[in-house]
Amino acid sequence: MILFKKNYYISLGEKVMVSVYFFGGLFNLTFQTLSFIHGKPLGVRRIFEQAKKIGVDSLPIVSLVSFFIGMILALQTAYIMQKMSSEIYIASIVAVSLTRELGPVITALIVAGRCGAGITAELGTMTVTEQVDALATLGSNPIKYLVVPRYLSLTIMMPILTLFANAIGIFGGYLIGVYRLSIRSSLYMNMTFQTLVYKDIFTGLIKTIFFGMIIAIIACYEGLNVRGGAEGVGKATTRSVVNTFIMIIAADCFFTALFYIFWS
Amino acid sequence: MAMIELVDVSKNLGGKQVLDRMSLSVEEGETKVIIGRSGVGKSVTLKHIVRLLEPDAGEVRVDGKDVLSIKGKELNELHMQIGLVFQGGALFDSLTVGENVGFILYEHMSISQDEIGRRVRESLALVGLYGIENYMPADLSGGMKKRVALARAICTRPKIILYDEPTTGVDPITADAINLLIDELHDKLKVTSIVVTHDMRSAYKVADRIAMLYDGKIIAEGTPDEIRYSHNPYVHQFITGAAHGPITEGQSSIIKNID
Ligand SMILES: Nc1ncnc2c1ncn2[C@@H]1O[C@H](COP(=O)(O)OP(=O)(O)O)[C@@H](O)[C@H]1O
Ligand SMILES: [Mg+2]
Repeated sequence: MILFKKNYYISLGEKVMVSVYFFGGLFNLTFQTLSFIHGKPLGVRRIFEQAKKIGVDSLPIVSLVSFFIGMILALQTAYIMQKMSSEIYIASIVAVSLTRELGPVITALIVAGRCGAGITAELGTMTVTEQVDALATLGSNPIKYLVVPRYLSLTIMMPILTLFANAIGIFGGYLIGVYRLSIRSSLYMNMTFQTLVYKDIFTGLIKTIFFGMIIAIIACYEGLNVRGGAEGVGKATTRSVVNTFIMIIAADCFFTALFYIFWS
Repeated sequence: MAMIELVDVSKNLGGKQVLDRMSLSVEEGETKVIIGRSGVGKSVTLKHIVRLLEPDAGEVRVDGKDVLSIKGKELNELHMQIGLVFQGGALFDSLTVGENVGFILYEHMSISQDEIGRRVRESLALVGLYGIENYMPADLSGGMKKRVALARAICTRPKIILYDEPTTGVDPITADAINLLIDELHDKLKVTSIVVTHDMRSAYKVADRIAMLYDGKIIAEGTPDEIRYSHNPYVHQFITGAAHGPITEGQSSIIKNID
């Protein structure tokens, strides 16, 4: 019993140390990345390359998923709204929950799974094959060359992708509302845009900027710290996605609470 | 004056004392070969010279300059002066051979595309490769990759070339071609070199002097002949490739020694 307790505290202590180390590493990488962004030439070509990979190439899947989410939302709210004979509010509920919450979070999770994992695998492979070291010996700082373009493109592309997700999700809801639930088209549009205020969209988009930063920093950190060959790259990629998911949801909770307290 | 000097360098990595007050000095124009078993810290030693790693204690000097105190532009200049040929080549697999070789010119020098192209061709010709600028690294054989990596390292005409196991993983004929290349570059470019290897054939061929790294220190150093006829039991076991001896003493089975 005593032995069990002792081991428990040791492993607990280890876990705490590992987390402290992890967050320290994240902050350190963030700080270095920002100091390079503050600095001079940034390699615009590389930023555009990444922006295409992250933004343009993610658009189809983000659109598809948010389209379905919009339809699902409309159908699910219809279930309760029909009971109360207040179907016209379906439009408002779909619009508000998409722009405030689901659009940003779903987009972030898709991008984390799609691009975050890709970034960790790519940088991880570069690390274990000494390409990252080679960069440094050829006079190019790996953080400036590899992390900065990914960080910037993710923070810029996330809000843009989310705007698309919002619009397409609302369109999905509209199709269900008009063609399945027989709400008049003009009424559905009115209810959508009357309820939706500037703030709903804006708070959603602010969150996504931070989601983009979280995805970029965790993905790059895990990639640059890979040890142990192909197996290490695989493990790091899994860890990167899991940690990003957790951090995104935690950050979402934090921002929602913050906006609720200071902006309502 | 010594071109490269490591003085009492200690480095602990992952709880293991890899280098333990290790000292090494390489004269200008000399080709020094460092031999030692896998995992003994040969690559770690090279990484200290280009400051990919910083020692826990000790000094590293290149061309009289303290590597640990320089920063920014001076560090870039140091990197221009040293070409490091990584063990696996470490070619950027998203770039073509030409872009790999000319990487430092594209990124850091304002010279015309034509001039870069010319210098890339020149470096490739020095390692005996022609007309492969537009290939991707994935399309090359192991021996060619090593040569391209070498071409990339000499693109800035460095004063120092560091080779990490240049003959490991290639066939004996290619290995010999690489040995010749190391000698040739040494004569043509008048460089100071360190060659890290556990291939004794290669060591005898290219070395002016050979140093053996064991247990975090240089335990023996001398000309190829002095090493070949050394009475040091550790050196003797290593160069004859015997499974039994002082290096492997206390390890119960030979299997354990296979890396
Ligand atoms: N970044 C690192 N983190 C932890 N341990 C390392 C690191 N780099 C090297 N090591 C360890 O240092 C020792 C020496 O490695 P290395 O210099 O690569 O050996 P070799 O002589 O085969 O080139 C090995 O035991 C290796 O596991
Ligand atoms: Mg090595």
